[in-house]
Amino acid sequence: MNKKSSKAARKEFLVGMGFILPSLLGFVVFTFIPVIISLVLSFSSWNFMQGWGAIKFNGLSNYIRLFSDEWFLNSYKNNILFTAVTVPVLIGLGLVMANIINKYIYGGGAVRTMIFIPYIASVVAVCTVWMVLLQPSYGPVNQALTALGVKNPPGWLADFKWSLPSIMIIYIWQQVGYYSIVFLAGLKGLPEDVYEAAKVDGASPIRQFFSITIPLISPTTFFLTIMGIIGSFKVFDQISVLTQGGPGSSSSVMAYYVYRTAFDYFDMGYANTLAWALFVLVFLVTLIQWKLQDRFENE
Amino acid sequence: MKKKLNPTKIVLTVIFWAIGLTMLVPLIWMISTACKVEADVFNFPIQWIPPRWNLEENMKEVWGGTYNFGLYYLNSIKVTIGATVLQVFVSALGAYGFSKVHFKGRDKIFLAYLATMMIPPQVTIVSQFIITREIGLYNSHTGLVLMLAFSVYGVFLLRQAMLAIPESLSESAKIDGAGHVTIFFQIILPMVKPSLATLATLKFVWTWNDYQTPLVFLNSRELYTIQLGMKQFASESGSYYSLIMAAAVSAILPLIIVFLFCQRFVVDGIATGAVKG
Repeated sequence: MNKKSSKAARKEFLVGMGFILPSLLGFVVFTFIPVIISLVLSFSSWNFMQGWGAIKFNGLSNYIRLFSDEWFLNSYKNNILFTAVTVPVLIGLGLVMANIINKYIYGGGAVRTMIFIPYIASVVAVCTVWMVLLQPSYGPVNQALTALGVKNPPGWLADFKWSLPSIMIIYIWQQVGYYSIVFLAGLKGLPEDVYEAAKVDGASPIRQFFSITIPLISPTTFFLTIMGIIGSFKVFDQISVLTQGGPGSSSSVMAYYVYRTAFDYFDMGYANTLAWALFVLVFLVTLIQWKLQDRFENE
Repeated sequence: MKKKLNPTKIVLTVIFWAIGLTMLVPLIWMISTACKVEADVFNFPIQWIPPRWNLEENMKEVWGGTYNFGLYYLNSIKVTIGATVLQVFVSALGAYGFSKVHFKGRDKIFLAYLATMMIPPQVTIVSQFIITREIGLYNSHTGLVLMLAFSVYGVFLLRQAMLAIPESLSESAKIDGAGHVTIFFQIILPMVKPSLATLATLKFVWTWNDYQTPLVFLNSRELYTIQLGMKQFASESGSYYSLIMAAAVSAILPLIIVFLFCQRFVVDGIATGAVKG
């Protein structure tokens, strides 16, 4: 390499760095440094209110504490359950609805708008509405159920068994419009002639759905699955507004438990330990995704 | 090709319109309740049309009392616009650096940067809180905007769009003597306008509806965003459900109205953002 081109390369490097500098700076201050601090603190016990001097490193004892912490075990389990239920349901419902709205109804545009409106509404506000709707004794939902002859309608958010399913239902209600819209966009891009050919061969709409639509739409399905899993691990607002993890810890999830440990109890050390436990879960899921993606793209 | 009414299609149309309307029932109930006097809220069967109108009184209570929804709105607008503008600009710069400038190690840096998307926000939130307290950005809108302005997703989305622009375009501009700054502002940015709009739209909706970040990083009531104000109002109004619903209407309705007006734009934005990603 001659002198001139190496000088040009250096200049290009500096210019490139200049462009990415703001992003990198934000990354270093708000992600990289926090990650390091978080990792260090996860091996300590520290009540934030007592100042920096109160940090006491305690080795692995926070991590050992995880295994006997009922709130943690329930939150972890609930996160997995939440993802395992909501993501497949949203993908399934979203695809079926998008398929029907796309081809088999009149005025699909208006229906699309209606199912999408909950997604635009703020989680805090709609959860407040749901909280009143699901009020166990005089809320409209249970009044309607009683009127329909249901003897003991569930206590919804106040019930150990029903609290998490109630939140899942509200979550699905709010998200399904998003999944339908993304699937609709994917469906519009599918080649029409394949369907024409299938029709000529006498394939029923259901057969077309399973044999043509599902295989062709799979890149969109893959994308939504990844986004859905990431999103479902982050769920916080619903829990914070609706149940605060209760009754007991029956509806707690990791995002909420980390928040509660750090900002209600100021137990900054253990809160970070909890966060890293969540990271392990996310990391495992990501590894599986990569494996699947490899197989997917090599096919 | 002639079009005739297909009976199956009619049945499905009826079913799907019913599903669509059912999904709106909670929001319709909210609006109806916001117009009622408290005593009528839980009448059963549900009275969708309020027997006694009380909307003005309820709204006065929400907007004019100890809760200053006007101020919360202003705060939300400030934070949302600040975070959106800053994020779109910073992401565009980063995306240009990662796609149109050719320097050693670029793609390796980008991959490492992208991999950090995997870190759940819970890992960083506690340390971010500690850092903002130490550098004096805690409990300020500046801190909140900075907190919300940086995103790997934004850089990723815009980089995808810029990669689709043929290299020859910036090459020929370079031959004409244009530097990277000129190429960025005059050639690349105008060409990725749709993607900029997508990112801006998504970021706007997300920031407007964000609850956790302001909850952690704001403390004083006069700095509250609409979501925090809404939550505060709901927990302190106890069982005045007509008032709570009036507050919920105030928090939800404006964004829905904006959405109905620029619907095509929002929906296309979300769809293209997703399909490209």
